[in-house]
Amino acid sequence: MSKSEGIKKVLLIGSGPIVIGQAAEFDYSGSQACRALKEEGIEVVLVNSNPATIMTDPNMADRVYIEPLTVEYLAKVIEQERPDGLIATLGGQTGLNLATQLAMEGVLDQYDVRLLGTSLDAIRKAEDRDSFRRLMAEIGEPIPRSRAVRSIEEAVAFAEEIGYPVIVRPAYTLGGTGGGLAFSADELTAVCQRGLALSFIGQVLVEECVLGWKEVEYEVMRDRDDNCITVCAMENLDPMGVHTGESIVVAPTQTLTDKEYQMLRSGAIKIIRALKIEGGCNIQFALDPRSSRYYVIEVNPRVSRSSALASKVTGYPIARVAAKIAVGLRLDEIPNAVTRKTLACFEPSIDYVVVKIPRWPFDKFPSADRTIGTQMKSTGEVMAIGRRFEEALLKAVRSLEIGVHHILHPDLFKLSDLELEELIRIPNDLRLFAIAEGFRRGMTVREISEMSRIDPWFVQGIRNIVVAERGLAAKNWSQVSRENLLEVKRLGFSDKAIGQFVGVSERGQSSPNVDGEEKARQIRKQLGISPVYKMVDTCAGEFEAETPYFYSTYESNGSDEVPPSQGKKVVVIGSGPIRIGQGIEFDYCSVHCVWALQELGYEAIMINCNPETVSTDFDIADRLYFEPLTLENVLEIVEKEKPVGVIVQFGGQTPVNLAEWLHKCGVKILGTDFQSIDIAEDRRRTHQLLSSLGIPYPPGDAVSSAGEALETARDIGYPVIVRPSYVLGGRAMDIVHSEEEMISYLEYVVRVSPDKPILVDRYVEGVEAEVDAIGDGDECLIPGIMEHIERTGVHSGDSIAVCPPQRISEEAKKKIVAYTSAICKALRVQGLINIQFVIVGDDVLVLEMNPRASRTVPYLSKLTGVPVVPVAVRAIMGKSLREQGYTPGLMPEPLMVGVKVPVFSMGKLLKAEIELGPEMKSTGEVMGIDPEFPKALYRGLVAAGYHLPRGGRLLVTVADRHKAEIVPIVQRLERLGFQVYATRGTAAVLEKAGVFCQVVNKIEEGPPDVLQLLSRKALDLVINTPSATRLSERDDLIIRRFAVEHGIPCITSLDTARGVATALETVEGEHRCEVRALQDIHALVSSADPMTET
Amino acid sequence: MPSKGGPEGFLVLEDGSVFEGKGFGSIRNVVGEVVFNTGMTGYEEVLTDPSYAGQIVVMTYPLIGNYGITAEDNESGRVQVAGFVVGEWCEFPSNFRNKKSIDQFLRDYEIPGLYQVDTRAVVLRLRRRGVMMGVIGYGASPDDLMQLVATSRRYDAVNYVQEVSTHLPYKWNGRLIPLNKQSPRGDRVRIVVGDLGTKFGILRSLHRRGCEVIVVPWHWTGDQILSLEPDALLLSNGPGDPGLLRSVIRTARSLLGKLPIFGICLGHQILGWALGGKTFKLKFGHRGSNHPVKDLRTGRVYITTQNHGYAVDEESLKGTGASVTHINLNDGTVEGLCHDELKILSVQYHPEASPGPWDNGYIFDEFLSLVGGIRGFWRKKEDEQ
Repeated sequence: MSKSEGIKKVLLIGSGPIVIGQAAEFDYSGSQACRALKEEGIEVVLVNSNPATIMTDPNMADRVYIEPLTVEYLAKVIEQERPDGLIATLGGQTGLNLATQLAMEGVLDQYDVRLLGTSLDAIRKAEDRDSFRRLMAEIGEPIPRSRAVRSIEEAVAFAEEIGYPVIVRPAYTLGGTGGGLAFSADELTAVCQRGLALSFIGQVLVEECVLGWKEVEYEVMRDRDDNCITVCAMENLDPMGVHTGESIVVAPTQTLTDKEYQMLRSGAIKIIRALKIEGGCNIQFALDPRSSRYYVIEVNPRVSRSSALASKVTGYPIARVAAKIAVGLRLDEIPNAVTRKTLACFEPSIDYVVVKIPRWPFDKFPSADRTIGTQMKSTGEVMAIGRRFEEALLKAVRSLEIGVHHILHPDLFKLSDLELEELIRIPNDLRLFAIAEGFRRGMTVREISEMSRIDPWFVQGIRNIVVAERGLAAKNWSQVSRENLLEVKRLGFSDKAIGQFVGVSERGQSSPNVDGEEKARQIRKQLGISPVYKMVDTCAGEFEAETPYFYSTYESNGSDEVPPSQGKKVVVIGSGPIRIGQGIEFDYCSVHCVWALQELGYEAIMINCNPETVSTDFDIADRLYFEPLTLENVLEIVEKEKPVGVIVQFGGQTPVNLAEWLHKCGVKILGTDFQSIDIAEDRRRTHQLLSSLGIPYPPGDAVSSAGEALETARDIGYPVIVRPSYVLGGRAMDIVHSEEEMISYLEYVVRVSPDKPILVDRYVEGVEAEVDAIGDGDECLIPGIMEHIERTGVHSGDSIAVCPPQRISEEAKKKIVAYTSAICKALRVQGLINIQFVIVGDDVLVLEMNPRASRTVPYLSKLTGVPVVPVAVRAIMGKSLREQGYTPGLMPEPLMVGVKVPVFSMGKLLKAEIELGPEMKSTGEVMGIDPEFPKALYRGLVAAGYHLPRGGRLLVTVADRHKAEIVPIVQRLERLGFQVYATRGTAAVLEKAGVFCQVVNKIEEGPPDVLQLLSRKALDLVINTPSATRLSERDDLIIRRFAVEHGIPCITSLDTARGVATALETVEGEHRCEVRALQDIHALVSSADPMTET
Repeated sequence: MPSKGGPEGFLVLEDGSVFEGKGFGSIRNVVGEVVFNTGMTGYEEVLTDPSYAGQIVVMTYPLIGNYGITAEDNESGRVQVAGFVVGEWCEFPSNFRNKKSIDQFLRDYEIPGLYQVDTRAVVLRLRRRGVMMGVIGYGASPDDLMQLVATSRRYDAVNYVQEVSTHLPYKWNGRLIPLNKQSPRGDRVRIVVGDLGTKFGILRSLHRRGCEVIVVPWHWTGDQILSLEPDALLLSNGPGDPGLLRSVIRTARSLLGKLPIFGICLGHQILGWALGGKTFKLKFGHRGSNHPVKDLRTGRVYITTQNHGYAVDEESLKGTGASVTHINLNDGTVEGLCHDELKILSVQYHPEASPGPWDNGYIFDEFLSLVGGIRGFWRKKEDEQ
């Protein structure tokens, strides 16, 4: 082994909170890197502000710091740990930018830290548009005509020269933030303004547009001896003009001849060599569909979302290999971890088709612009594997969990042909469905391909599906032959879709086939059609592989490759795509569930469809099934593996939603039984339970009609909190203050969820708190109580949470513990339950309960040192808390205060409302830890991206009902040196209280108005609380949107504002920042986990 | 239903395993050695590679024919495989160079195909049991088809080279030109290619580098070859067991030291024999575009295209003066050898790519610089005389 001399300790920088454009993939790559480095005997120091990650587990790295990702804190960690080297390319764009800053500011030199792997020079060459262009010219690789500009004038001048449309790309941003397409000078001005503001170096690139060309990307690796391989090439279904993270991606390439494929591959290798990258690199090309012309579009000199996808596509662990290369190993010195017989120096060959589809959050933001382009809007993605394109595509659609199980979208039925064509022409989240709908209305492949510019090959694939639908529709069940059924299963149809389509011609669209899925499954089984499972092995079967990584497919008399196993098995259902309300936390929980099961001697079987995650890494579970999380797919696996049971507690709401059906099909649900799950999920039954236990709760009822809703609300009294039942992350939840608002809400909700009842509850204003409790069927353990900074009404996922609580009385705490224990006992909770409370004085009311792991579990585990998931898994598998060495009840309060701060991605979603409310909107979270609450809060805020300079400029504009309350907060901020600006009404109140403030015009008052102030970036902080109704055109919304789109922190809750003041006051005049490794913090807690204590 | 139709058919292997499918291309029964190729692109090049003569090729990538047939990417004048087995073939190919569908292409050359086959199952069988004889058949029971295999000649016993080699010598300058007897000796390096089943890619690679390329039939003797006054000889790729080609080995041996000789694939195996070594049959061969090969002289690893069922036995080269220059990183088999004194260079893999990565053209450059150096030396000698 030729490892770099003297590298014994390495620093890794994580990517921070999950935001749009930077999701779980960096937890996956970081975790892989940690393990790869430890294998080489290297001590790993890890810094990441995101507690919901596996990589920040104390067992992943030797020293884990959950600290803000800023130069200041990182320098402190470096000073304390003195690592020999730093790998910059594994923590996404965040990690890369920080490493660059650390080097530029001399921190690396000061502490003699070597940058390992890809050098700073290479990073700069790839990232800086100008130097990249020069390099490409030198090596003769074609690039679109473009110019890096630093002003709008320059941009417009260049665009006139090359002609519109043009693409704008800011330098050094992630997920294409601030980028866009411009068809005119006006559009260009708007896009440039945002782009320049967001670019880390105030530079954007204006580029010739090759709209409609094929977009192909290559994942390439290189070692320091110049050996190069390409791991995977992927073709975007959406042609150029759509960010690759927003595109449907297919692997391997489908429409490229070998000559085209090799031409681009050779280009990719030439580029990685010219850049002298040591590790992985992603290179994107645009290929003319009508000639062999191509352009190099972009190079990412690091592991990326695409490399995570490529790893899952091929089984080739790019991050792992990149980490080994960084510490000096050559590709031919690294074993292929999949086959264990060959080496990492080869190019994977795959014998299946993979389709990735992004998961967009438009269900949460009805007002957001649904078109997609060069800027990322998706929060996550799903991947599906099949032996045919159609099969992989339909499996991917089902994996999305967007309420459809086929490329059939009810929203499109009522559109006119013209509207449908619009959806096909302009990229948007529904385009795939619109194309299928187009075929149903008789459009041709040629027409659709011309409109969408999607290659006819893909369009034809969608058509094949629609043609097969017609075949089914023309038959009734008695006419469906084995061959018919096998044919559509080969095309990827779900039983549910088959049930829906069979006989439709006769029956008519309007009478859906009730229990069609059940019927289809029955007939399928009678005809002897079952899926076979094939292995993902990196080599298309050429070598024997040991990875237990499988996918289902249908082949006539096909053979199955899953080896029989004798062990006791447990199936763990993962959490599917990352979306708002169901994020990386649940992957954290799922992975820990797998590990805990393995420790107990079970074979853990993971089912998931999210390529970004640790849970779908090939060496986590004993067996990984990369499958959609639907009843059909889970049942088939259960039938095949015959596990002792299925665990549904750790994957968020997705597996819980399957519980009822699995239970009905006779599958054993491990842990809290289905009856109890149902009680906790069903409000009426919950209320009955609480009443019987004598536990108070805000009055409310489930109603099934608009009239009932209005009546109930009148009985309870406004304000009320309304929402549909069985939802995730508070989807479509709202606080309604009047009958008028209620009526408008009902219209909105009925559209969202037509056949489900609506819940109407009294809105109680108070302090919100929650617990994650672990039950063993009798007693329960509460690792900590978490208090929310924001009052009730703000979704718990969007609230700043603090543990231990700061404002809750001992009396109230006692009640929380007593109520939790009573509920756990009554429901015989085995495993986790999350209960939310509202506290008014010493009174405690139960708001809701979720019989599963919640998003606070990783945060709580890391703060308290209690391994929450393993303890819960042991309880599920029958080990009581006492047997595990725990004393039931509330654990002693942690010595440190942990503050969880939510992080939003509002800048990416044009027109979306950012106001905090009962509907969850945050995409990620960070944690601040300190012995003192205000400092922990400060740290959390810094980590969440609040840059709060002393003497900064503050804009205040609040609703009338908040005016009295805002005064003392603004006074405190003024004392901290903030210059205060306010709109007329707010200013009047503030001035009366003696705050000196400058009056700013509201938008309708004309310039110079608020927007000008914002667009000049003349503000550092905005406090804006909206008044009353849900109308998106209001002034307030425009102000808030303007703020986030210009990167200015915007606070919409008075409680958050108060928190910010508190945090700033504490650190005022004090600059020490002490950093603490998680290992040291946990060492302070005497009995973190009695089970594993040695 | 979007069914492309085609009669029910089977792929039956000589160990008795039966795989169902449907027919495409030309519907007729065919027997051959069943092998698999792991390339995800390049089916057109595979179909037309003469080294696949006598073989039924199973593609591991399930979707074949997506970009159609370009004709420009043919590696010889016809489809060379005996039969073709795929997951799905594409009825509506999409590429601006597409001329016809793969189905049409196979029918043009009367080659049978089988689709909707669980190709991965076939591959795993071949990997475990090794390559074997098999049959694609329609309208007959698997048992009858087994009989057909049993009564057919075995791949290893057939000289396929004589079937695929040119009958007449020709010049190549991007196209075939009949060889004129008085073909004047120009300034360019003249390379004679001994056609054991050469791919056009090899000829293109030489032509692109400025060589005058003359292709001669496989049975030409050493004297015939020398009469063309070549600067060097290239022994091409081709099908079958090199051990059967005694006359070619003799010819090669007779030219050792008289000409620099470059061998590719079968040509490399022939040189192995000519130098005194031996070849052996691999269990399931190397066929695909992703094989890592280490150049032992530099330590560098290259991704190569391969298509061979036999390999030179490293042990057998001991004492021959030849040294191994390249090895396969996966199984350590010989991928290249050289003999400095005799000016011999040969590789088992395909530096001409077609299909596959373009990383290995350097081998042509290396050989030509060797030829160039020698030619300069000879010219100088002539001048001195």
